[in-house]
Amino acid sequence: MSKENRVKIAERTNNPVLKFFSENLGIIAALIVISVIVAIMSPVFLSVDNALSVGRQISTNAVLTLGMAMVIITGGIDLSVGAVVALTGTLCVGFINQGMPVPVSVILCVGIGVLVGFLNGVIIAKTGMAPFIVTMSTMNIGRGIAYLYSGGLPLRCTRDDFAVLGTGYLGPVPLPIIYLAALILIVWMLLSRAKFGTYVYALGGNREAAKFSGIPTVKIEIIVYTLSGFLSGFAGVVLAARMFSGQPSVQQGAEMDAIAACVLGGVSMTGGMGKVGGTMIGALIIGVISNGLNLLNVNSFVSNIVKGIIVLIAVYIDIIKKKKMLKG
Amino acid sequence: MRNYVLEMKGIEKKFANVYALEGVHLQLEKGEVHALLGENGAGKSTLIKVLGGIYKADAGQIMIDGKEVTIQSVKDAQAYGINIVHQEIVLVPHISVAENIFLGREPVTKAGLKDKRKMFREAGELVKQLGLDIDVKRDVYHLTIAQQQLVEIVKAVSFNSKIIVMDEPTSSLAEREVEYLFEVINKLKQQGVSIIYISHKLNELFTITDRITVLRDGKYVDTKETKSTTIDELIKMMVGRNLTEYYSRGEHSIGGVAFEVKELAQKGVFDNVSFHIKRGEIVGFAGLVGAGRSEIMQAIFGVSSIDSGEIFIDGKKVKFKNVQDAIMHGIALIPEDRKKQGLVLKNTVGYNITLTVQDQYKKFVHINRKKRDGIIDRYIKAFSIKTPSPEQLVNNLSGGNQQKIVLSKWLATNPKVLILDEPTRGVDVGAKSEIYTIIDQLAQDGMAVILISSELQEIINMCDRIYVVSQGQVTGELQREEFDQEKIMYHATGGK
Repeated sequence: MSKENRVKIAERTNNPVLKFFSENLGIIAALIVISVIVAIMSPVFLSVDNALSVGRQISTNAVLTLGMAMVIITGGIDLSVGAVVALTGTLCVGFINQGMPVPVSVILCVGIGVLVGFLNGVIIAKTGMAPFIVTMSTMNIGRGIAYLYSGGLPLRCTRDDFAVLGTGYLGPVPLPIIYLAALILIVWMLLSRAKFGTYVYALGGNREAAKFSGIPTVKIEIIVYTLSGFLSGFAGVVLAARMFSGQPSVQQGAEMDAIAACVLGGVSMTGGMGKVGGTMIGALIIGVISNGLNLLNVNSFVSNIVKGIIVLIAVYIDIIKKKKMLKG
Repeated sequence: MRNYVLEMKGIEKKFANVYALEGVHLQLEKGEVHALLGENGAGKSTLIKVLGGIYKADAGQIMIDGKEVTIQSVKDAQAYGINIVHQEIVLVPHISVAENIFLGREPVTKAGLKDKRKMFREAGELVKQLGLDIDVKRDVYHLTIAQQQLVEIVKAVSFNSKIIVMDEPTSSLAEREVEYLFEVINKLKQQGVSIIYISHKLNELFTITDRITVLRDGKYVDTKETKSTTIDELIKMMVGRNLTEYYSRGEHSIGGVAFEVKELAQKGVFDNVSFHIKRGEIVGFAGLVGAGRSEIMQAIFGVSSIDSGEIFIDGKKVKFKNVQDAIMHGIALIPEDRKKQGLVLKNTVGYNITLTVQDQYKKFVHINRKKRDGIIDRYIKAFSIKTPSPEQLVNNLSGGNQQKIVLSKWLATNPKVLILDEPTRGVDVGAKSEIYTIIDQLAQDGMAVILISSELQEIINMCDRIYVVSQGQVTGELQREEFDQEKIMYHATGGK
């Protein structure tokens, strides 16, 4: 299909599935190529078990990516996501071990994630401090509290009624994948159908024009960071349940994986552009690379190198693409 | 045969398969001010970029002082004495005027350090030569836009330019500052510098230029002596047809007072501002750049806050907490800087048109596509917005079409009071005329229209009444029969 035709289909169709494929052809092709390579080198890759395991593994990063995508589209960044995962997971296990009922503890800890996000949003929107600085600070604070609370050690929790949240199944599908699917649907609806999403794009595309257009920019910005906090908090609790423990050191650098997934998925780091679908493929690519290298028994440090290189290439391609688009 | 400093002959430039320039000529005499005129997309900027070494021509000759030359880069162009003063100011704000002038070619002391003293001295001499009053030791951000524009010109002169290209140098200057610029241009002329002058403001050309070359659709149309041509003839050459009426004015049936403000003030910005607009009336706000007109309107619209004063709509007192409030009360503001304040450039035509009216077709996550497409199509058709599709990025459209999109976006909110801040800035003649027709039609349909403009002709021809603003105060009010350029300037410079 010629490029022009592709663009035309993307423009004309209201069918979200067709639109998704035509907009993300490049990155889908990349995903297929990487998958084929991994599958040839390690046939186990294609087994149902491994596929579900990849799904479970990426679910945390993918949930963080959903929040990160919204934040980056507003022109900001949220470095605190990994720390919030560690904080909420650790606290949740700790609270349960201290005798707090599981549902209360879960809700409370997701609420803590919401609170961190809300604080990020309020500080950024009201003071005009740079998102990078604000969320880097809350990242350090969050991680610090997690270590302080747990004394630096993982807190174990083997209670079934908690663990099931992360290890359970709905039919043959692991629960974390079900959560992810639901969250993707919600965030996609918010971004591409609700007026909230339209405003999010306006904020990142041109904040001044958004203000002149009567868009409540402060409110939208606070909501976006709060949502990112909620998603991180949720991911943290589910991860703790899946690992039977709350670990203060977990998900170090998770913010970088989420940013990488966004960039791979075509989110512009300067804001105003990007879609949920693309970022999820981005998260898949990162997951498949980690999983593949793991299956091939490659040192896990190599996976960092590979991820770094892939992000560089993806961003370069993206820059060329956008230049062309803006020139028409 | 006359001696030309510069001759461009049969210049051709193709992008992909489209001719941006086809057989374009330009002949420049020594000490001449030569206007380059044409609508947006006529090829003026492409020609200038060829001259300045940014683009390479596919065919044609460039001769300087009768000798054929090839210009491959900006450095080449500067070596031949050609310098371009771009429309956008590209000075570094937090260093001094002198350092800006010598940026990238600073004189150095024996120790290899920047020789500031020499820089200040030489820059000071240049400034004095042109009869300017600018302190070269000051940081650029202290200067007004007009002064910064002049610094750009000084910078061009500092290269010992024989030819200076000025791309819309007056687009952000007020009338008085324009006169100042013209004095500088005349000084340069006397020194034998030739100037290529690009501007959309036709009446300016008659004050400052000697000859005018017109381009249309990338082709050379003609070169005229300024003395022996008229605005009508120039417009005809530019658009290739007669514009029967450049400004439109139909019958306005003026109704009751739709909008009124009393004693509005914002500390240090404006004070004691009172005015009213009636239904079906176009009311102009004249004044110098920086008089506070935009600030007053933005404060009314809720972009900034008001310290004291009252606002009335249809006689009822209202208060706007923010922009949303103002929109809900039927106010729309088309801001002065369309790229910064009006549009999300990297999003689509459809997106921008509907940005202000999300509530009209969205309910939570349900989108009424038919209604949305209806809104978009209505304005694309009504204003003949030239775009391949509603999904085109706004960034890729011309200034005129962009401005029509900003208009659409605000008219979609069904305003009762429409505030237009410099609605035709940077818009070509054809689109300008169309925008005038739209504005006039809105007034005929009963809308109360406020028109802020730095072009006096625009205000005089379009408006029913004019308020003049000077230093944050309303200094005069004129009825249509009293309209007079001198009277307006008298009030604009502070006379009451």
